[in-house]
Amino acid sequence: MKTALRVIAVTTALLAPFASHAHKAWLLPSATVSTVDQWITVDAAVSNDLFYFNHVPLRLDMLAITAPDGSKVTPENAHTGKYRSVFDVQLKQNGTYKVALVNQGLFASYEENGARKRWRGTAAKFASEVPADAKKLEVSESVGRIETFVTAGKPTQDALKPSNVGIELIPVTHPNDLYAGEAAKFRFLLDGKPAANLEVVVQAGGTRYRNEQQEQQLKTDANGELSVNWPTPGMYWLETGLQDQKTSLQQAKQRRLSYVATFEVLPQ
Amino acid sequence: MKFVRMLTAAVLLIGSSAAALGAELNIKLEIPRLDVAEYHRPYLAVWVENQDQTTAAQLAVWYQTDSKKEDGTQWLKDLRQWWRRGGRELEMPVDGVTGATRPAGEHVLSFKGTDKQLAQLAPGKYNVVVEASREVGGRELLRLPFEWPGTQKQQATAKGKTELGAVTLNVTP
Repeated sequence: MKTALRVIAVTTALLAPFASHAHKAWLLPSATVSTVDQWITVDAAVSNDLFYFNHVPLRLDMLAITAPDGSKVTPENAHTGKYRSVFDVQLKQNGTYKVALVNQGLFASYEENGARKRWRGTAAKFASEVPADAKKLEVSESVGRIETFVTAGKPTQDALKPSNVGIELIPVTHPNDLYAGEAAKFRFLLDGKPAANLEVVVQAGGTRYRNEQQEQQLKTDANGELSVNWPTPGMYWLETGLQDQKTSLQQAKQRRLSYVATFEVLPQ
Repeated sequence: MKFVRMLTAAVLLIGSSAAALGAELNIKLEIPRLDVAEYHRPYLAVWVENQDQTTAAQLAVWYQTDSKKEDGTQWLKDLRQWWRRGGRELEMPVDGVTGATRPAGEHVLSFKGTDKQLAQLAPGKYNVVVEASREVGGRELLRLPFEWPGTQKQQATAKGKTELGAVTLNVTP
């Protein structure tokens, strides 16, 4: 029962990390500036505090690591514990890696013979797996991304190409080229098009050791762009999300979109 | 005849300003002797910086080059400013630039305007940047402004607090 509750908590966090009352989901890399052949280790967790694992781990089923040449990388030593998941990645290529947990799918709940049923899957499988006469059917769709970026040597862009599904971040300033006191510019896309008026929250880690949350509330302009100021060096968490009706299945009325990223900001 | 003389003078002038023939740049830098339990020689980078902080010329990079030890290039990123401003784009080692770490004491770097490090440096205002980073120690960066090749002898000095001692730059046109 406890495990079931935990799984639900994780799923909820994955689905709607943008709700203001929800916990924060994050990936935390051991380094973001590195050199070829070096290893990084990454923590994946859900918590209220940044970046402390004290609530539930993030599941790694949907982990997608993109190498600088666009190929997929398999994580090593993956482990899910009580409070966090962990995995290692060897940076075998020069350039920028994208580490992402992509949660994309449909969720249905309905009644069958008086019993409450839940279903999770893709639009293609919906018709064959959910009964056509399902009662009290409720379907929702979600596209959520939790990302971080790591570079061996010179920063590159190839791994950061958008898939044009859901909310994505396009670097204007490279995400591994961030320095305290220098503003960084990012562009956000919604299904491949500039996401204007997107509300974005940016927060520095280390919340356990200060009294204020120190959230920066930002909004993208007409081009989907915004500028972030990093007052101090450290790890930062960025989150945004929205809901719309652009679902891939007629029965799904609502689509929930979210995007989370962790950045490292270096001292000058 | 007068025209030829003028032309010769003009060519000489262009030639000297482009390659700064005869100009020299000398850097005297001190790696301080530190009384610490665990001492490692610092990684150190010296480069010429444009006014917009981009890199104009690489002068020296000292790192752990001993092939019998762990690959020393993995810590070059700890020379944070140098790494960001071009270090991360270099293939190590770089002939005439990189070398092994050096002990505490005074070190002299001398470059002629015709040396390959400075041959491409256009006349203008620059900084010499010296950055040092030490394992289980700190990091420090100093900037010394100068004009290249300038019209008269120039000297700039700076003094570090922790990882660098006195640094003196002398430029002779």
